[in-house]
Amino acid sequence: MAKSVKRKAAAKDSPLCILTVIGKDCVGIIAKVSSVMAKANINIIDVSQKIMGQYFVMTMGCDISKTTVGMKEIQVKLDRLAASLGLQITFQNERIFKMMHRI
Amino acid sequence: MTISVEEVFETVNMTLRHHFDIRTVTLGINLKDCMDRNLGAFCRRIRKRIVEMGQQLNRMADTVEDQYGIPITNRRIAVTPVSLLMEPLPQRESTAVRIARELDGAADKAGIDFIGGFGAMVQKGMTRSDRTLMEAIPAALSATKRLCGFLNLASTAAGMNMTAIAEFGDILKRLAKRTKNGIGCAKIAVFANVPEDNPFMAGAHHGIGEPDYSLNIGISGPGVVRAVIDQNPECDLTELSEVIKRTVFKITRAGELIGREMARLMRVDFGIVDISLAATPNAGDSVAEIVESMGVSRMGRPGSTAALAMLIDAVKKGGSMASGNVGGLSGTFIPVSEDAGMIRAVRSGALNLEKLEALTSVCSVGMDMFAVPGDTPADVLSAIIADELAIGVANHKTTSVRVIPVPGKKAGQIVHFGGLLGSAPIMKIPRQASPKFIARRGRIPAPIQALRN
Repeated sequence: MAKSVKRKAAAKDSPLCILTVIGKDCVGIIAKVSSVMAKANINIIDVSQKIMGQYFVMTMGCDISKTTVGMKEIQVKLDRLAASLGLQITFQNERIFKMMHRI
Repeated sequence: MTISVEEVFETVNMTLRHHFDIRTVTLGINLKDCMDRNLGAFCRRIRKRIVEMGQQLNRMADTVEDQYGIPITNRRIAVTPVSLLMEPLPQRESTAVRIARELDGAADKAGIDFIGGFGAMVQKGMTRSDRTLMEAIPAALSATKRLCGFLNLASTAAGMNMTAIAEFGDILKRLAKRTKNGIGCAKIAVFANVPEDNPFMAGAHHGIGEPDYSLNIGISGPGVVRAVIDQNPECDLTELSEVIKRTVFKITRAGELIGREMARLMRVDFGIVDISLAATPNAGDSVAEIVESMGVSRMGRPGSTAALAMLIDAVKKGGSMASGNVGGLSGTFIPVSEDAGMIRAVRSGALNLEKLEALTSVCSVGMDMFAVPGDTPADVLSAIIADELAIGVANHKTTSVRVIPVPGKKAGQIVHFGGLLGSAPIMKIPRQASPKFIARRGRIPAPIQALRN
């Protein structure tokens, strides 16, 4: 599994996205975010979280290669969830992070 | 995952808290093949191409925005300099105005923010078409909303076209009178050594050395740079330069990725990333505030020039490591009206016109978006332009002037333009300059630095 993910990530259209949640920690964040991902048939391959200064930060590596919905739709759903939880959620193709942080 | 939480957090924070965005994706479009002796036929062709490509640009920008979560604030088009396109057409003001309206209408229909290229390269002399276009500037830019113009009035290789510079002072005054608060003047910039691939308005155009299409990117991150400087209040300047370099490397890489992705989706050539730090009126998104964070008590006071020079040098080093395609202006914009810190500096008396000019000699790309009293004589405007362009000519660099003589306003008053243009304090400038020098006209020959072969 890990091997195939790595191979795909190197391809032009990376199927990997990174979801970031920033805000106050509360019960059920992972459950709610995972439910949105599951409904979109997105596979979660990695979860990390950390307290950074005053922020709770969670990142989720997501494989969108089998997703049934478009990027726009996922963004809209996550925006709605973010608003209801009072958090900030972003969902970005991982290439942006690789470009910025790896030479 | 190969990317750590800290790295993800840093990137996300740049957009969420420090206003990092792709300031503009600008599609350069060659229109030379649309030229015709028939104005109607020419206009139909350019309209079709601009609307089609503009709509595609918008669609792709939305897609890329969703993919990468980095806002693309402006979508713009730059076309072949219009004076060139007008060469075979009847040389009348109405011809230029009709083309201006056509470009403006096409941009509007495609949902494009600005379209640039209503201009001419006249650093050495003017063709009949160049003259027609210059004379039509007041009518064309006051009759349109999204159209921007430029004139290259000087270059290191050719010298300075003082005839055109003399005439431009008067053109500016006429344009100011025809638009509310003289805002039409915000849509035209005059240059020395204008780059052909600049994605920023008002000077964007698709130069004659460019391919059919070229996708250029302007990134913006004054807020990001300021944030890292604030996080390092104690380090010495060598270290500070490193910190700035590292940050600019990251934002330029993001620009490069977005630019390449846009170009790939549109199947056009990727042009350049312009690494200029471009301010906006938003709080915290100010170049002047970066200089102040570095330790200068107020932008414009002694120390500002050295600080700005160091800042932009670090920006260039970080940027050129991140992208092999750095181009356009890639200096710093310190527009007076669009940058909250600059407005404060002028209002407090720390920054005056002379210091603004001095800053352009090290790295800034011009005296941008500054307002002067509406009754400033045309020859004074021409003399200010001549001084600024001479700095560019003698130093092998781009310099530009975008000045707004605001009708009915006096020095010390404020004029509100709204939106991205912000508001501007009216600067105090001398009422007497060099009328006899300007009236001589002719061409200041190319400087000795031009003889490099």
